[in-house]
Amino acid sequence: MRLFIYFFLIGMVSYSQNCDLNLQGRVIDFHDNTPLSGAVIIVAGLETFVMTDFDGFFALEGLCAGSYTLQVSHPECDTKAVQVRMPYSSLLTIKLEHHLEELHQVTVRGSAAIDYIATQQENRISKEEIENLSYASLGDALKRIPGVSSLNTGSTVVKPVIQGLHSSRVLIMNNGVRMQDQEWGVEHAPNVDLNTAGSISVIKGASALQYGGDAVGGIVLVEPARIVRKDSLFGSSIVTGATNGRGGTITSSLTKTSESGWYGTVQGTLKRFGDFESPDYILSNTGIFEKATSLRVGLNKFNYGFEVFYSYFNSESGILRAAHLGNAEDQFLALNNPRPLVINDFTYSIDNPKQNVSHHLAKARIFKRLSNFGKVEMQYDFQFNNRLEYDVRRGGRGDVPSVDLELTTHTLAVDFSYDARMDFKANGGVMLRYQNNYASPDTGVRRLIPDYDKYDAAVYVLGKYYIDDVWVFEAGLRYDFNHLDAKKFYRKSLWEAREYNVYFPQFEIGEVGAQILTNPVFDYHNFSGTLGAAYSFRNNFELMANYSLATRAPNPSELFSEGLHHSAARIEIGDLRFSQEMAHKFSLAFSRESGRFQFTINPFLNSINNFIFIEPGGVEQTIRGSFQVWEFKQTDALLLGFDFDSKMKLNSQFDFISKFALVKGYNQMTDEPLIMMPPANLSNALLYKNKGLNNLRIELESNYVFRQNEFPDTNVEMFLPISESTEIIDLSTPPAAYHLMHLNADADFKVFGNSTLSVGLTVNNLFNTSYRDYLNRLRFYADDLGRNIVLRLKINY
Amino acid sequence: MKNLRLLAILFTTTLFLTSCSSDDDVAPIVEEEVITTLKVTLVGGGNTIMLEYRDLDPDGPTPPTITVSSPLMANTNYVASMTLLNELENPAEDMTIEIEEEADEHQFFYLTGTGLNISNLTYLDFDGDGKPLGLSFSFDTGDASQGDFTIILRHEPNKDAPGVSEGNIANAGGDTDISATFPLVIQ
Repeated sequence: MRLFIYFFLIGMVSYSQNCDLNLQGRVIDFHDNTPLSGAVIIVAGLETFVMTDFDGFFALEGLCAGSYTLQVSHPECDTKAVQVRMPYSSLLTIKLEHHLEELHQVTVRGSAAIDYIATQQENRISKEEIENLSYASLGDALKRIPGVSSLNTGSTVVKPVIQGLHSSRVLIMNNGVRMQDQEWGVEHAPNVDLNTAGSISVIKGASALQYGGDAVGGIVLVEPARIVRKDSLFGSSIVTGATNGRGGTITSSLTKTSESGWYGTVQGTLKRFGDFESPDYILSNTGIFEKATSLRVGLNKFNYGFEVFYSYFNSESGILRAAHLGNAEDQFLALNNPRPLVINDFTYSIDNPKQNVSHHLAKARIFKRLSNFGKVEMQYDFQFNNRLEYDVRRGGRGDVPSVDLELTTHTLAVDFSYDARMDFKANGGVMLRYQNNYASPDTGVRRLIPDYDKYDAAVYVLGKYYIDDVWVFEAGLRYDFNHLDAKKFYRKSLWEAREYNVYFPQFEIGEVGAQILTNPVFDYHNFSGTLGAAYSFRNNFELMANYSLATRAPNPSELFSEGLHHSAARIEIGDLRFSQEMAHKFSLAFSRESGRFQFTINPFLNSINNFIFIEPGGVEQTIRGSFQVWEFKQTDALLLGFDFDSKMKLNSQFDFISKFALVKGYNQMTDEPLIMMPPANLSNALLYKNKGLNNLRIELESNYVFRQNEFPDTNVEMFLPISESTEIIDLSTPPAAYHLMHLNADADFKVFGNSTLSVGLTVNNLFNTSYRDYLNRLRFYADDLGRNIVLRLKINY
Repeated sequence: MKNLRLLAILFTTTLFLTSCSSDDDVAPIVEEEVITTLKVTLVGGGNTIMLEYRDLDPDGPTPPTITVSSPLMANTNYVASMTLLNELENPAEDMTIEIEEEADEHQFFYLTGTGLNISNLTYLDFDGDGKPLGLSFSFDTGDASQGDFTIILRHEPNKDAPGVSEGNIANAGGDTDISATFPLVIQ
């Protein structure tokens, strides 16, 4: 610190000639460009400060040639540091961001990631929307964004799908930490408690290279609530109760902040639901019990700071009992029965099959501002993920998990950001990561994902150049190195049937009975990059164009899968010969963010070489009967489509909101559609709001999900001993289109003097419509959720 | 700066520690729950016939092997008893015991394919509630014929559903643990 001051002073001294320069500027709101009066501009290193006038203008006199750091603050905005190099002849425009909470404090955020990216569409879910969905999952909340859908296993295991892509292709950043929670599996939901988030953003592409180069689908950024620099102690609690599942959630947080920059937050959530219900029957064994807590302590000075963060997440969720199947014949019987084959009375207890996942995340981050340069940040994070899956088993083995995976990850990252110039910003950094997966042998079931060690290293650089007030250019490059060292027992029969003994004799270590121990070692060199431009028109129209190249190494599931996947009643086979996926994504975004009619239209084209997907490839006989074999394959894929959203201000009280998303995916080698592409989705809502009447908001939403008419025919014919006939197992025909209505209302009341009580009522599926969703893996066996009435109380204190 | 160094040390030590432990040998998993082999002993007309359905590569690519020691005699009463083995274990484990212990959660069903003259299929063993289990059963052969005979074991069937106690699988539900089809010849 002291060193830093000396540095600064020396810098000042050397520029101490020619000290009669003037600087004229204006401070405006970042969002709507309204002038901010009463903003304070302090010149760091000098004792000078000025305040803006009624129109936001200010003037500084007697400055020397050279660089200055201006600290700009406003009672309702985040404090911002601005670098300016004198002489500066034009008007310096400084944009401040209003903070969302009504707390009249000055906020400082020591993250380089305020502007994630300038030339690719970024959609944000506000704190308010997150609070309304307090009872739901991260995946449910993300569906509010056009172009984001979800891949479900029932209603509690919800994975985000961005413009048709999911799992390893969607990166989830939780408070600056890339989630390592076995995201490769389709029935592995993100281990993030929605209630820890202050805001959630989605970048529908790989352009934010500081987070990774493999975001073929996109990036989800879960950011904690902003910390304000003022002596204050505040908190909030949200309690929800829901009729469907007959349960609810309670979440509370308490934050202490201080003028000196010290802050701390504790937060916790409990969620408990019993069996959910479709309009006509109980979905037996679909309850959930979730516990989450987080702790955040830090110091946020203008020039330096640190943060320590820990979060724990545990979720136990039942998988629909009727979806547990012995073989393809059972599957055929279940498919052809309009109701699930197992319907029991409502219960809160969660039996097998079920999953129980825990995730620990700890991080420490420090940052330091460097004068005339920008900022350096360093972060270490540790994650431990334990995934237990329990199956319906014989011989009292139900208490022993069938899957027991422990994934441990250490990451060290250093990021330099350069913001000393108004027109040019850059950041660059390095990342080192070590990951170990341990599959417990106590399960008595062969490991689907083997033991492995993985080493990753990355280096990246990103730059943004503001040519003038209307043009911005952006470019970035990233290189990732992955080294994977696994130990896996293969069945000798499979090892030889796939000719691995010819391709990979060097991996063979030894033989135990009918199994062969192998040591697959792979190195991947991945290059990724981005190039984009944004142009601001008059009248607040904006056009962004971006190209991004993402390169993703195959994940352990795609490489090593080999055996029966019980929850899907199918045999899944990976391939050791896979190379990396390379995605070229072109996206445009044309938007208008102010005025009576606001909209964004976002067309995209994603051309993916070596796209890895899973597809049925035959039938295998076993003593348990026949099974469909699903093989991972590589092809060249093309995804294209567009997202649209708009808001029409009808008058001061009524808004009309429309969203539409369309994505088409094709296998270019076979000219067939890709499997599991989200169907077109249209949502229209009428919003009434009245600030004068207790901040009343009433929203009526209509959601129409089209039928997916483009799908590959993956049906197989199979001889079934029970009927003594050959039958088609139809797992490819998508369900019909459906239309749901939702109602949401909330109002605020002043209680106990200073506190605010918000009361909200949500009715999902207002007309109790029966429907099945193409992207719900349990759609073959049961209808989706029926009507759900949720009552929500939130108190701020 | 001191903090930085401390962090770096912490990071490298954890790296070192974890990589040490992961170098341990990976233990092979012997699947204890798997049934690889179904043996059916048919006794009738003074002869013993052995049927065997063997799948040593459960979800691997090799198909099961099916053996029938000899044709069945026409117009004969046969008593059948079954043994289930897990031959992945050494010595092979008798899985019949597990099924007997959980008799109330299991039931066998027998399906006679078109053309095969088998009748009077009768359960000879029962669970604690007097519902059929089916590790042993009897049947009568008719005139010379041939066709498929399938033995299915269901886990957690609904034994109270209509017809299930009489051996009708239609309403049984549950998950299939065994589905073994034997081509039989009656002569």
